[in-house]
Amino acid sequence: MTSMFVITYRKIFFAISGLFVLAAFAAIFFIGLNFGIDFKGGSILEVRYPGGRPDAAPVNQVISDLLIEALPVQPTEESGFIIRTRALEESERVALENGLSFDSAYPLEEVRFNSVGPTLGAELRSKAWVAIATVIMAIILFIAYVFRGVSEPVSSWGYGIVAVIALIHDVVIPTGIFAALGYEIDSLFVIAALAILGLSVNDTIVVFDRIRENLKNKIDRDFKIIVGKSLRQTFIRSINTSLTVVLVLLALYFFGPESTQHFALVLTLGMVFGTYSSIFLASPLLIVAEKWGKKK
Amino acid sequence: MWKIRIIAFIILACGIGVGYFDYRSQVVPDSVFPFNLGLDLSGGAHLVYGADVSSISNSEIAESMGALRDVIERRVNLFGVSEPIVQVEQAGVFSSAEDKNTYRLIVELPGVTDINSAIQMIGATPTLEFKKERPKEEIEAFKVALENFQKAQEAGESIVPPQVLIDGPYDDTGLTGRFLERARLEFDQTTNEPIVSLKFNKEGSDLFASITKENVGKILAIYLDGTPISEPVVRQEITGGEAQISGSFTPAEAKTLVGRLNSGALPIDKLELLSTQTVGPSLGGKALSRGIMAGIWGIVVVAGFLIAWYRLPGFFAVIALGIYIAIVLALFKLIPVTLTAAGVAGFILSMGMAVDANILIFERMKEEMKAGNDLVRSVEDGFSRAWLSIRDGNLSSIISAVILFWFGTSLVKGFALTLGIGIMASMFSAIVITRTFLLAVAVGNNSRFVRFLFGSGFLK
Repeated sequence: MTSMFVITYRKIFFAISGLFVLAAFAAIFFIGLNFGIDFKGGSILEVRYPGGRPDAAPVNQVISDLLIEALPVQPTEESGFIIRTRALEESERVALENGLSFDSAYPLEEVRFNSVGPTLGAELRSKAWVAIATVIMAIILFIAYVFRGVSEPVSSWGYGIVAVIALIHDVVIPTGIFAALGYEIDSLFVIAALAILGLSVNDTIVVFDRIRENLKNKIDRDFKIIVGKSLRQTFIRSINTSLTVVLVLLALYFFGPESTQHFALVLTLGMVFGTYSSIFLASPLLIVAEKWGKKK
Repeated sequence: MWKIRIIAFIILACGIGVGYFDYRSQVVPDSVFPFNLGLDLSGGAHLVYGADVSSISNSEIAESMGALRDVIERRVNLFGVSEPIVQVEQAGVFSSAEDKNTYRLIVELPGVTDINSAIQMIGATPTLEFKKERPKEEIEAFKVALENFQKAQEAGESIVPPQVLIDGPYDDTGLTGRFLERARLEFDQTTNEPIVSLKFNKEGSDLFASITKENVGKILAIYLDGTPISEPVVRQEITGGEAQISGSFTPAEAKTLVGRLNSGALPIDKLELLSTQTVGPSLGGKALSRGIMAGIWGIVVVAGFLIAWYRLPGFFAVIALGIYIAIVLALFKLIPVTLTAAGVAGFILSMGMAVDANILIFERMKEEMKAGNDLVRSVEDGFSRAWLSIRDGNLSSIISAVILFWFGTSLVKGFALTLGIGIMASMFSAIVITRTFLLAVAVGNNSRFVRFLFGSGFLK
């Protein structure tokens, strides 16, 4: 059966997960994360020229003439530019917009302006870390509590720790992919990561719940077979649930607002790897935990 | 049997009722329960200020921040924005103890994208001014202009207000809060009404004496931040540099006024603009319509999948999902929840998750049927067996949502709130609504057709 196949060849699946996680860490450390302005401070100005836009070169010139450090401007689909600079004061924004209109030769419209000072950015960054750490701690405690009645052959803490390994896997891989693609890590990304934590655990808990029930009903003496059978019983549910969530996320990605497109992408990646991990990583890891328990 | 069918019918009727409420309250103009759209969807400006309170003792910080909020709120109101939001937030926990710049003032100005003048107005120091009545002929001119203007407005014409009207009925005297030595809260001996008593410095006292001397019997209006707060009539020349403002204020209002007058400027050391965000109305409108689009497509694909795979139970799950959506949207209106792009994303995500409980139950039901149980029994057992998984799984998501809400900035809070509401409503929808519908149609007959309807998969 499919599920026993997962148990028998678990080392291969561990290796696949391990490779993905390693590659993700490599991308994070060697390519680096591209933090958005809400984490590092800076300004984004998007302008639109209803009567046609000027060339990028004179626009870049105007910006450097104003002594504003900026990345090269990026043209938008709607005859405008996105201009990323250091955090601007209000007076600098006004001066910049005046400059960009070339003495009203190119009348412009401000589509959006977003400016975050460096202090606020640092604060948001530490907030994000604290939130992620707190969620992980809360989940270990919650699972240890929910599975408190189960001590044989894996202690309730074992379930908690395995679930957390799985969810770190589910968050690190999408983060690595974002690092490799050079996409921005902003507040929305962190929200998505935290949502993945919740979804991934949800998925894992359903499998664990079934293992607990089968243990209680003593359907087999071999823990491996219990895990395998539990996997088989929850397999379709895992796939179908992920499928529905991925379907709505794809709708959000293709039809939703631009501002939440990357958000939908992170969540889709998290869902796919989360489903993989709850079937191919978390449950087989319980068998590893059981073997460790026996050795002691 | 009939009892459960009646209950199913009532649930359906309630669901339609809630859906109708969502619809009506959206299309009726001036509705009491419209959706609250965040600035990123409606367009507008979001400003975050850091308040430096280092010279204020800890016990008085909260009061000062409250006073600051009132001041800024008054200025923003003067700016003519509809429904501005001014709120105090403490960054606290995560910054170092020495950094006293941890109190935040958040100003949201819907519909305002030219933030330059707004920022200047917010950052300005408050002004206390004493103004005298203009000469008779100018007052007459003002009254005539006012009458004409009101008539034009009633007739629906838009005219540019003439200069006389803008200048107002009062003229500067040169006496301002700069000459104030201190302000104090007192109570009238006979009426017990609160009075704000002012003491001017030497220069101010002389100026005050000469102004009152020239304006006996006339009004000397007191302006705060450009708005008249009191319009007392001068009875006689006042020497000695003391004045009283008695107006129709409550003791609390009088106390705030005194505090503000004494501090001269804002009730804190410094107000620093930390972040600004403006979203043009076209971008916001586009984000909103695309969010709605994504929601509709999300519903369509999920409904298609559920019916194709789970057949009759899938169809009931779709009805339950519809009622779920109606309930959640009604909650958004009633609570009310401010919907941002992130919040809409959270809601769309919760739609996908809402289906999860149904899937768990259906899979469990199928197992019971395979084990040879009859339909009603399978439905009952499927629900009771799946309940533990549903409860534990959703609790972990609720924990994440609560932590997100606890730590988050306003953006994160919106997402956490919509997700949390969504998860709770989804548990209700699967356990009460889907179950009732299934039991209402489950008949104890095990014919192949009924088994097909309750089966699953694309084949067979």
